[in-house]
Amino acid sequence: MTMPSIPPSNGAAEFGSALLDPEAGTPDGLIGPDGLHAPKRFNVYRNNVIVSLCEALGETFPAIKSLLGDDYFNALARAFVARHPPQSPVLMWYGAEFAGFVDAFPPLESYPYLADVARLEWHWLQAYHAADKTPMDPGVLGGIAPEEVGAVRFEAHPATALVISRWPVLDLVRVNRFEPEANLEISLQEPQSVLMTRPELDVDLYLLRPGGDIFLKALSSGETLGEAAARAQAEFAEFSLSDCLSDCLSSGAFTGVEIDR
Amino acid sequence: MKHKAMSAAIVAGAVATAVAGLSTTVPAHAQAKEKCYGVSLKGQNDCKAGAGTTCAGTSTVDYQGNAWTLVPKGTCVTMDVPGDRKGSLTELDRDLPKA
Repeated sequence: MTMPSIPPSNGAAEFGSALLDPEAGTPDGLIGPDGLHAPKRFNVYRNNVIVSLCEALGETFPAIKSLLGDDYFNALARAFVARHPPQSPVLMWYGAEFAGFVDAFPPLESYPYLADVARLEWHWLQAYHAADKTPMDPGVLGGIAPEEVGAVRFEAHPATALVISRWPVLDLVRVNRFEPEANLEISLQEPQSVLMTRPELDVDLYLLRPGGDIFLKALSSGETLGEAAARAQAEFAEFSLSDCLSDCLSSGAFTGVEIDR
Repeated sequence: MKHKAMSAAIVAGAVATAVAGLSTTVPAHAQAKEKCYGVSLKGQNDCKAGAGTTCAGTSTVDYQGNAWTLVPKGTCVTMDVPGDRKGSLTELDRDLPKA
């Protein structure tokens, strides 16, 4: 038995692009064990690649799948896979562009909240797989001299994420993913911003108080506690620093502090 | 735009309040748990080797071309939207709610 000849050196690129294009033929030089051109084998493989990527997206974005229904989701996923093939073999990192894709997808423009739901689901998966780390003990903050505490900068936990939305993104994800039995009345006019943490094994989702989104966004962009608090207060008069800080500390959003001196 | 920092006394007061309220509720995180490998729920681990390994269909089974005549129809979610429209997936105008 002779060794089958290998595809030409530019074969990888041709093979890759043919995989994602159902109209493309089987790459030249692709042969089966019988030495003959093997379009049927290639089609099986091509189908498995596309289907497995669509299934992976369905497992990463179950609330979107539930909101759209299986048929629509699968069609959407195929369109996404063709445009955004994986850049890494790790499936938990596949789909980073999905929320943006949904947002820019013309047939879905009447459903503007879907992109934020996708964003939350993406962050959920990243938080789930983020590095384990022990959140800071809130007592650390109590030990800092009062005149210095405003200059504190927090170090975010690797799993911490903030999803700021004009839509009831937390309720949508709860009903369509985590609590399908919940009989929740969702008001599309209620903006919800979500703090996501994973102090131990499970990802926790917290609805932020008004102003908490501004405060946390400022902290995560590197502002000091005093600067972030002032910003939140300026943009939302009823901002409660002690309540928001208490939420952040008890949820395990931070791992430590440093002080500007 | 950078805001002037809040007065040190106000920040310190809020910190003291927050920390005092927490000191009794916090130890939950202190008792570290060991990660239990192998017990991840379906869809929560990164082992997706089982997905898509069937030979069902062919490469040209594809929604392309007619896909966007599909109408999204997801699970029934009660949503409260203007005009008393309730339904599964709720269509909106871009300008809702007023920012």
